[in-house]
Amino acid sequence: MALTITGMGGLALFAGILLIGQVVGSYNLTDVLAQGDLIRSSEAYPFILILVLLGAFTKSAQFPFHFWLPHAMAAPTPVSAYLHSATMVKAGIFLMGRLYPALAGTDMWFVIVTLTGLATLLVGAYMALFKHDLKGLLAYSTISHLGLITLLLGLNSKLAAVAATFHIINHATFKASLFMAAGIIDHETGSRDMRKLNGLWRFMPHTATLAMVAALAMAGVPLLNGFLSKEMFFAETLHQGSLGALSWILPVLATVAGVFSVAYSLRFIHDVFFNGELVDLPKTPHEPPRYMKIPVEILVGVCFIVGIAPGIVIAGLLHSSSTSLLQSATPEYSLAIWHGLNFPLLMSFIALIGGIAVYSSRKQLFAFQAQFPEKDVKIIFDQWMKRIVDASTVVYGKLENGSLQRYTLLFLLSVAVFTTVPMSNLINLEGVRATLPADGVSIVATVILAIAAIVTLIWHRKRMIALVSVSVIGLVVSLIFARFSAPDLALTQLSVEVVTVILLMLALFFLPQITPKAASPSSVVRDLGLATLIGGVMASISYAMMTHDPVTIADFFLANAKTGGGGTNVVNVILVDFRGFDTFGEITVLGIAGLGIYKLIARMKLFMPSTDFRGIPWAEDRHPMMLATVSRALLPLALLVSAYIFLRGHNLPGGGFIAGLITAVALILQYIANGVDFMKARSKLDYQWLIASGLLIAGGTGMASWLFGYPFLTSWFDYFTLPWIGKFELASALIFDLGVYLTVIGATLLILANLGKLTTDDRPEDVV
Amino acid sequence: MEMLISLIIGLLTAVGVFLVLRGRTFPVVLGLTVLSYAVNLFIFSAGRLVIDGAAVLNSGLNTPDPIPQALVLTAIVIGFAMTAFAIILAIRARADLGNDHVDGRLQTDGEKSK
Repeated sequence: MALTITGMGGLALFAGILLIGQVVGSYNLTDVLAQGDLIRSSEAYPFILILVLLGAFTKSAQFPFHFWLPHAMAAPTPVSAYLHSATMVKAGIFLMGRLYPALAGTDMWFVIVTLTGLATLLVGAYMALFKHDLKGLLAYSTISHLGLITLLLGLNSKLAAVAATFHIINHATFKASLFMAAGIIDHETGSRDMRKLNGLWRFMPHTATLAMVAALAMAGVPLLNGFLSKEMFFAETLHQGSLGALSWILPVLATVAGVFSVAYSLRFIHDVFFNGELVDLPKTPHEPPRYMKIPVEILVGVCFIVGIAPGIVIAGLLHSSSTSLLQSATPEYSLAIWHGLNFPLLMSFIALIGGIAVYSSRKQLFAFQAQFPEKDVKIIFDQWMKRIVDASTVVYGKLENGSLQRYTLLFLLSVAVFTTVPMSNLINLEGVRATLPADGVSIVATVILAIAAIVTLIWHRKRMIALVSVSVIGLVVSLIFARFSAPDLALTQLSVEVVTVILLMLALFFLPQITPKAASPSSVVRDLGLATLIGGVMASISYAMMTHDPVTIADFFLANAKTGGGGTNVVNVILVDFRGFDTFGEITVLGIAGLGIYKLIARMKLFMPSTDFRGIPWAEDRHPMMLATVSRALLPLALLVSAYIFLRGHNLPGGGFIAGLITAVALILQYIANGVDFMKARSKLDYQWLIASGLLIAGGTGMASWLFGYPFLTSWFDYFTLPWIGKFELASALIFDLGVYLTVIGATLLILANLGKLTTDDRPEDVV
Repeated sequence: MEMLISLIIGLLTAVGVFLVLRGRTFPVVLGLTVLSYAVNLFIFSAGRLVIDGAAVLNSGLNTPDPIPQALVLTAIVIGFAMTAFAIILAIRARADLGNDHVDGRLQTDGEKSK
């Protein structure tokens, strides 16, 4: 519970700190503290304040987050003494104190911090009185004192901040000694229940004296340190006037809290050390060993000395810590015990008398309190946690129901939302850039593409028809690339198109030929609507983009391709030189995809139809003579073409990607025309080995530049002259491109040849 | 001309989106292919349309933006690898589960594969 609450507070604090960093432009505490005015005047100030205070309030157990602290006290005494009185809960206070110069000084700070502190002070003091557990009493009193400090910090006055600092020190000393005293009692008697612990004075007078002094300090009795800071606190509540006509509320409520704090301190003293006999304790109590008392003695001594001679003992420490809190000169204040007869003294007096009165009428009060059913916060907390977990499980179950179709729909819906909303801000769709006139051929090509797309849409359940029309789309797309001055793209698209269609045809052999009609008409309409929306948005974005003038970095590449990369085909130079590392990554992905497919195919239980979906058996003539003969004659020619395309790639359209695809297509044609068995007998190519060597060559080319003291993938080129051939260029990028070439062939053939192999008798033995 | 290309991109996107939302693996793979055509064309058109531009330097003509072209070139090849991986995954799912639904459910009654 402690972890959940403080963890949530920590997250809020983190967000707040990030905001502060955004506003100030630095996370350096010195800068942040110096820029208080900037933070307070920024628009984000309310958010920063609330987030930071959430962090501080949860950590220091302020109302309404106070409930975790008493539950965390189950820890052993040394831990809880440390936790409650000194470090952990004070961290929140410290945080507020540290950011005090940056955040404090506004009405918002005053309202939130003061009221929270006041509520905590009262609730803590009241609850402490009714706890029967020694540590429970102390825990709630800690909450109350933390509320007091928070209240002081919230008052936006420098003197109050000094008082807060002073009270932090005093509270640490008397509360730590009280916790240790409680620990001693627990250890020596075996119980912490104040209904059982009575009259311990007779058994352990030494410990009792120490605990009583500390408790009196907590109550704010003169001559002890608690009195001094409480006096300052009362004085400060009197001095502030931000609540206008209602300003009297603050000192009155502060006095009420003082009454209760005197009452519970009295209860700690009287109920435990006096008040009759012991009630069936597991052990007979006696004084603890010497060493258990030493720490308490030291702390109680501090309480005394500070209380009697504050000016000598504590002034220096208080001055330096207050200065660092305020980041400016500390105001005048006096640490004397006697300030004369004044209001704060009167308030202290009322608190003392009132406390004694409340304590002596405790029987009636306990009876009154017993009317309220005691709710265990832990159970309530657990119920809330369960509700939150259940609610998120329901949401999670709705979102993540295991249906890919659902995920795709949700994803595309959010795409539609996130693209449509900003698009509605675009008023002028058409830019000023001059458009190209549409000519007849382009219109015809567009119409063909549109027909093919619509055919795909309508007959998508007849898979063969859909595949053929998709391939038509792909061809028109490659024509578009050719038309708009991108020969490299056209060549790549064309060869990839061939490979893709062959692959999908092959795949169709293992998949149903027709899609069963499953979708309901309403979902078809829904999907069509979504598709139209996204398509429309895409068309608008494209049109807007194309009719506006570009901002491009192309000039750099165009200027440096020849001089820096040694090639005139800028696209190829970008691939193998400027962005060589990208390309290296991409061929690696290609290789990984090939190997992944290889693993997926291995040990696959196959579904092998002997007829097509109409029940007609496959043709007997598996490898038509014409195709076989022509394809064999074509192979050397195709290889020659690919070599040519490869070599010229640096200066003319071509390059490793395209050449690799052409070689792959040529080899695949051999597989189709002659069969896997024919190829197996003749080709000794191991495609995995091909991928590996391709990647090694590409990587090695890159690393070779290290040998010459250049960064990874720095390219080199020069011109040579040979007799008969003439002047030619050699570039290290060519070797890199060779790696690309080999990887592309290897991956493509690894995918297709392995899939093709499954249709023959040559497939793995364990295939069913 | 820009209008034509925009229409093509929009149409291909719409067809691709619709197919991707189908429940069977093969149309989904086709949809991915069509979507990647649309995306490639879109990235390509970011370099603006140039007719009769120079493919290589020093040919004295208007040179098109080479960066989108280089991007699309690798995108085409990677797109092929993705399509191949998806379709093989579909075959494997059919082999292991007995049906070709994208949700990967085990075969249910009345859905016997042919």
